[in-house]
Amino acid sequence: MDLITLSRLQFGLTTVYHWLFVPLTLGLGWFVAYFQTRYYQTKDETWRKMAKFWGKLFLINFAIGVVTGIVQEFQFGMNWSEYSRYVGDIFGAPLAIEALMAFFLESTFLGVWIFGEGKIPEKAHLASIWMVAIGSNLSAIWILLANGWMQNPVGYVINESAGRAEMVDFFAIVSNPKAWIFVWHTLADGLAMAAFLILAVSAYHLVRKQNLDFFKRSFQIGAVMGLIASALVFLGGHTMGQFMYESQPMKMAALEAVWETEEPASFSLLTIGDLTGRQEVWSIRIPYVMSFLACNNFTCEVKGVNELQAQYEQQYGHGNYVPLMVVTYWTFRIMMGFGFIMMGAAVWFLYATRRPDYENAKWMKLVPFGALFLPYLANASGWILTEMGRQPWIVFGLLKVQDAVSPNLTPVDLLISLIGYTVVYSSLAVAMVYLMKKYAIAGPDATMHESVDVAPALVGSQD
Amino acid sequence: MSYEFLQILWFILIAVLWIGFFFLEGFDFGVGMLLPFIGKKDEERRAVINTIGSVWDGNEVWLLTAGGATFAAFPEWYATMFSGFYLAFFLLLVGLIMRGISFEYRSKDANPAWRNRFDWMIAIGSFLAALLLGAAFANLARGVPINADKMFTGNLFTLLNPYGLLGGLTTVAIFLLHGANFLGLKLEGELRERVNVFAKKLWIGTTVLYIALAISTYVAGFWSRGFVNPGVVPIAALAVLLVAGYFINRRMEGWAFIMVALNIVLTQVTFFSMTFPNVMLSTTNPEWSLTIYNASSSQYTLGVMSIVALTFVPIVLAYQGWTYYIFRKRISTDKKSLVY
Ligand code: HDD
Ligand code: HEM
Ligand code: HEM
Repeated sequence: MDLITLSRLQFGLTTVYHWLFVPLTLGLGWFVAYFQTRYYQTKDETWRKMAKFWGKLFLINFAIGVVTGIVQEFQFGMNWSEYSRYVGDIFGAPLAIEALMAFFLESTFLGVWIFGEGKIPEKAHLASIWMVAIGSNLSAIWILLANGWMQNPVGYVINESAGRAEMVDFFAIVSNPKAWIFVWHTLADGLAMAAFLILAVSAYHLVRKQNLDFFKRSFQIGAVMGLIASALVFLGGHTMGQFMYESQPMKMAALEAVWETEEPASFSLLTIGDLTGRQEVWSIRIPYVMSFLACNNFTCEVKGVNELQAQYEQQYGHGNYVPLMVVTYWTFRIMMGFGFIMMGAAVWFLYATRRPDYENAKWMKLVPFGALFLPYLANASGWILTEMGRQPWIVFGLLKVQDAVSPNLTPVDLLISLIGYTVVYSSLAVAMVYLMKKYAIAGPDATMHESVDVAPALVGSQD
Repeated sequence: MSYEFLQILWFILIAVLWIGFFFLEGFDFGVGMLLPFIGKKDEERRAVINTIGSVWDGNEVWLLTAGGATFAAFPEWYATMFSGFYLAFFLLLVGLIMRGISFEYRSKDANPAWRNRFDWMIAIGSFLAALLLGAAFANLARGVPINADKMFTGNLFTLLNPYGLLGGLTTVAIFLLHGANFLGLKLEGELRERVNVFAKKLWIGTTVLYIALAISTYVAGFWSRGFVNPGVVPIAALAVLLVAGYFINRRMEGWAFIMVALNIVLTQVTFFSMTFPNVMLSTTNPEWSLTIYNASSSQYTLGVMSIVALTFVPIVLAYQGWTYYIFRKRISTDKKSLVY
């Protein structure tokens, strides 16, 4: 494989992996802070236990987010040096601000939260978990501002003599509408993921009739938030579609497999293209729906891939401006489909909790657990869609991926690091899933990570 | 504010971030490396980890901020250095991942083999990170092959020269000593005794390596290439290291800690004044070096970032300082008081 393919593969894998854990951090932080606040207000033991129990799962997940995030911060320079030179004047700023404003906040106060109980006033201990939740969500906002700029560059000029993009309007970058829709969609996605985790774990214990009060309360809250959050995700996604229609019409056409311009546009349920990928062979379509998704009205025109390709060739010169359509098409369907299923599932769970003995229902054994996978898969698909749908651009309209890679690297360098990350990341996943499962199953009353009397048995430590 | 003023300001700010990082994460790398040797029993290991448990992540953010700030203020420096040191930085990242995950996971299972494995990962990860960062900085001091397009033309072995390795080892030694002094301040009873024995030995090794590094730097003439002559700073750095030995033998842990901390700060000041105004010296042709002038962001970006940095750095310092204050007590191995 060549350098560019390997670099893209590595960036995609490491970023998706990082992003597998991040949304849970974003969402669960709010839940833990809320539970602890309720305890502070009511002194009801169950709230305290809830903060503790869900807090433990939060920490196990958080640790992976931290260590994989460090890789992200370094990767732009390591693998995309020409990209870094070209956009550093703009792109570096949100990254630096993220570290300064958000990472310090969350990591410092997380330490205070873990180690401070009993050492600092209860109020300060409570404030520290709020700082963690705020800090991690702030970090998300800044990174999304950075990514939003790559999707929809604003507030810059091209400096021809320096051969790079330069910032001229910081405010435009900070108020980039594309990025704020990202923020909306993504923070809601985090809440949804946390809600579905809470639902799945609670259902496990409810089926076994353990800690009924504790888990019924959790399940209820999970169901309410699951519904609110997945509705917000949907609304955000819909808004995104409209913005994309204006700013990245090619992505829109590709995720819908619209080859020829349509007015009004139909929504494809299933499309099969020919081998050249340029022509539709067979499809099932629902009329008007695509127009609605794209511009909130049932009859507007949606441009087709072929027309856009011709238009881009004129504008940017010879080349292929069509993203890999199998990927954009299917990832979009997975994300959106799962989003609807999540909404439906949340309604169902909420409705079920009206019965006092819902824990006896048969579906409780499997459905909430199965639903846990939906937000994870939708989230990964969403990002793959966003990033691969931007191809061949790394910064839309300004810089192509092929011109962004670090030219001094060799495929061997990339193979070493790619294999290295794969091995390290898989071991992390094994340890993480093991611990998550163990703590989730043990329930709120277990104290399992206390000191053990293994005294001289720590191998390799005797003199 | 003039463009040049901003470029110099950002050179200084990035130096400050690196100094903060080496000072803070320096002792927690040291504590990490010492962990399996100081802690024999499980409670002891936990006590050693808890000396830095609440702060190591915050300390590491100094590195992330230094990286991010370099990207924002000197994108060419960030691009050339990070792509140039590719495999070294990959290993550095592996080291940081190993130790980061282990702090959180080691106590979450009661199996002694599990704990022991994570404890060693902390030690090895900290060692790797310290060694590679030290080697990277030594190579920056020495100069690296860079062509007219600001591109690094060497490979991993270019960095593994004797001077680079000496820099790496010296850094490991200083961090070990710094960590030992920190543990001396934070632990009590038998553990504190054990640490003191280590500190004495470490001081000797560190001093020898440090003098070797200073002599090589001087002999090779790296001292006098920039515009700023570091003058008496390196002599002062050596002097405080010698004084630290006195305090270690006297078991005055607080003073010993301050002296080694000063040594780290002064060494970094020496480094940055040796390079200024270069940020990466080209050994291929000095004309092709990256300087604060040809590697920086635009005046507008530097201006915006200055406002951001001058607002947030004091806030961060205030709350990080506060956390050191609330966790100032010594840590005992008494099971009831240990946070797991
Ligand atoms: C929308 C949110 C979001 C996105 C798109 C990303 N991250 Fe992330 N990142 C977080 C949200 C986040 C977080 C939730 O804030 C984490 C998880 C755990 C943590 O400490 O913070 C985090 C951790 C984290 C850390 C470790 C912080 C620490 O040690 O405390 C770094 C350096 C990064 N990220 C950097 C990045 C970069 C350079 C990304 C670009 C590809 C990226 N992240 C994508
Ligand atoms: C956190 C969620 C994200 C995910 C899951 C994600 C995923 C991906 C994937 C899958 C690729 C590979 C695309 C391809 O091979 O065509 C990619 C590329 C890339 N993304 Fe993202 N991305 C995320 C966020 C970001 C952010 C926030 C940034 C910038 C701040 C970013 C910058 C890039 C860059 C520089 C590339 C490499 C060029 C390319 O191949 O397109 N990504 N990303
Ligand atoms: C319910 C219907 C949904 C619609 C209509 C929708 C719409 C969209 C669209 C159009 C994009 C592409 C944005 C762009 O590249 O410009 C996108 C991205 C994304 N989607 Fe969705 N989405 C939906 C559900 C979900 C769900 C359920 C999740 C996960 C829980 C999710 C997670 C994501 C993520 C992580 C991205 C990447 C961009 C970002 O959010 O910042 N989406 N979505």
